[in-house]
Amino acid sequence: MTAQTMFEKLWREHEVIPETADTPAVLYVDLHLTHEVTSPQAFSLLRERGLKVRRLDRTLATMDHSTPTDYQQIFGGLPIRLESARKQVEQLQSNADEFGVELLGLQSDRRGIVHIIGPELGATQPGKTIVCGDSHTSTHGAFGALAFGIGTTEVGHVLATQCLLQRKPRTFAISVDGRLGDGVTAKDLILAIIGRVGVSGGTGHVLEYRGEAIRGLSMDERMTVCNMSIEAGARAGMVAPDETTFEYLSGRPRVPAGAAWEQALDRWRELPSDPGARFDREVSLHADDIEPMITYGTNPGMVVPISGRLPETGDEVYLKALDYMGFEPGQAIAGKPVDVVFIGSCTNARISDLRAVAGVLKGRRVSPGVQLLIVPGSQQVKRQAESEGLHQIFAAAGGDWRESGCSMCLGMNGDTVGPGKYSVSTSNRNFEGRQGVGARTLLASPIAAAAAAVTGRVTDPRELLA
Amino acid sequence: MEPILNFKSRTVVMPSSNIDTDQIIPARFLTTTTRDGLGKSLFADWRYDASGQPVPGFVLNRPEARDCAILVAGRNIGCGSSREHAPWAMVDYGFRAVISTEIADIFRNNSLKNGLLPVVVDDATHAWLLANPGAEVSIDLETCTLTLPDGRSVEFPLESFARYCLMNGVDELGFLLSRLDQIENYERTHGK
Ligand code: SF4
Repeated sequence: MTAQTMFEKLWREHEVIPETADTPAVLYVDLHLTHEVTSPQAFSLLRERGLKVRRLDRTLATMDHSTPTDYQQIFGGLPIRLESARKQVEQLQSNADEFGVELLGLQSDRRGIVHIIGPELGATQPGKTIVCGDSHTSTHGAFGALAFGIGTTEVGHVLATQCLLQRKPRTFAISVDGRLGDGVTAKDLILAIIGRVGVSGGTGHVLEYRGEAIRGLSMDERMTVCNMSIEAGARAGMVAPDETTFEYLSGRPRVPAGAAWEQALDRWRELPSDPGARFDREVSLHADDIEPMITYGTNPGMVVPISGRLPETGDEVYLKALDYMGFEPGQAIAGKPVDVVFIGSCTNARISDLRAVAGVLKGRRVSPGVQLLIVPGSQQVKRQAESEGLHQIFAAAGGDWRESGCSMCLGMNGDTVGPGKYSVSTSNRNFEGRQGVGARTLLASPIAAAAAAVTGRVTDPRELLA
Repeated sequence: MEPILNFKSRTVVMPSSNIDTDQIIPARFLTTTTRDGLGKSLFADWRYDASGQPVPGFVLNRPEARDCAILVAGRNIGCGSSREHAPWAMVDYGFRAVISTEIADIFRNNSLKNGLLPVVVDDATHAWLLANPGAEVSIDLETCTLTLPDGRSVEFPLESFARYCLMNGVDELGFLLSRLDQIENYERTHGK
């Protein structure tokens, strides 16, 4: 038997019918996550065709994108202010009721950003195929799952058949040796990887992140890395499961218990790529070379070390991006004034991110004129943070602590950055208008964002770490 | 879906690379619960100013862009969000094909499922198309060729099953449903 990559093992295991020259593979989906934005038309399709949701036990819905983060609109009896968002939330509720889909709805204490709650519940597990009508489904690959985003038509396919038609992607190994330095985070690592590979470098590939630096990451950090695989053009990114993975999952509500847990561990230990397995492409990086990073342009590949300068020259796209951002070629990025700081999103709104932010904010105040919004990734993260008193640190610093949701990651729920304003954001996309019409987004790590909130300027977070 | 065999149209050119789906259809328009009516919001933030008036210089607002059904875009169009609203908006607007040197994976998949043809061409053909906005080109699915006004033809890759579906106006769901026996058998034998 030839040596196989982890991806190949998962793919084979889930082939209901292998691909041929004429037809793609029929691939089985173990877990289908769904949310309010990309599902309404899929449920309509089922209705038109008189179909049911085939495997309710493999389907889980939540609401996150268009939900407000304001307590009053969720629990306080106030209506959702944005009319179109309210309709979408109601639509998912009624679709879930009609089709019998499990929904962690607006007031559920398990609700949250779909890519945060899957792992949190232990629904995300090694060896599973996981899909969702959302490109950041790549996050779940941190557990050694094959997880990727699909379109709404495909959401309908999975609801109706639990399967997808797929051509087999190619494999791409990203090896990172060494160790990340102090003040350098998983976010900086993935931004450096995207800077290296480019925003379309991973197109058609499944990434496998490997090497000493990856092994040394916690599950939260691995999720941050896998989350942004799509920003390198790859639909999926994976990390081999190991003791760190098993320890994270152990005891979570939806993982097997007792003898079944032991059997699961035996299966999961077989998943990592075999020694000598060949990848279609390989790139390697040294973690020790990586510094705190920040984006300056309008795609995540436009990234520099915070201590660095923007490129002196570039193509038309570069100049257009700088024009949008109001930056000059060759300028230093540190010291640029900031209007908004957003801590949140499926990239960086887990408990460890919030602890790191609290570490920077403790005993400090947000710079006058800066708006700091801190949005936990799930209601469970929110409760955990509050039980540790983090919300008091945020409040004392002058930050605004909210209910969970996608919030300012994308401008569709009422939380937006104003036109022309500079936002240092822990989210994953700095596209034009992503955070609001005309908003200028700089992507960075949670500690770099917190440092910017305190100083009111783009700041190397290492300056504030004791 | 209507079968597609071939069609002819003038092109609209948007040379920027990495046009992401947030540009194609900004998030605030995603709160719709149907597929229809998104064409008016296609490229909304480039097409309209803050007061909702058309931006005169933007390519889709120019008179010569009327009735053009083919968009020629810079490298890596459709990157970012998986929103199928992007091809829905394009189709609703009247586009039938998108041509580039690279088309992002999810957007390409979503386009195929909505009768929007993703056409990947070589650098030289792309450069010619970028330099000649408004050129009338024809696209033939039978032969998977794109023909330029001077008669030059280039082949483009198209996944065979997607091509079959487009040419016959069938959708993939029907195919999957016809395989339910095998799906059930897989579930039994794999303990699903
Ligand atoms: S937090 Fe942002 S990137 Fe993540 S699922 Fe929500 S909108 Fe998408």
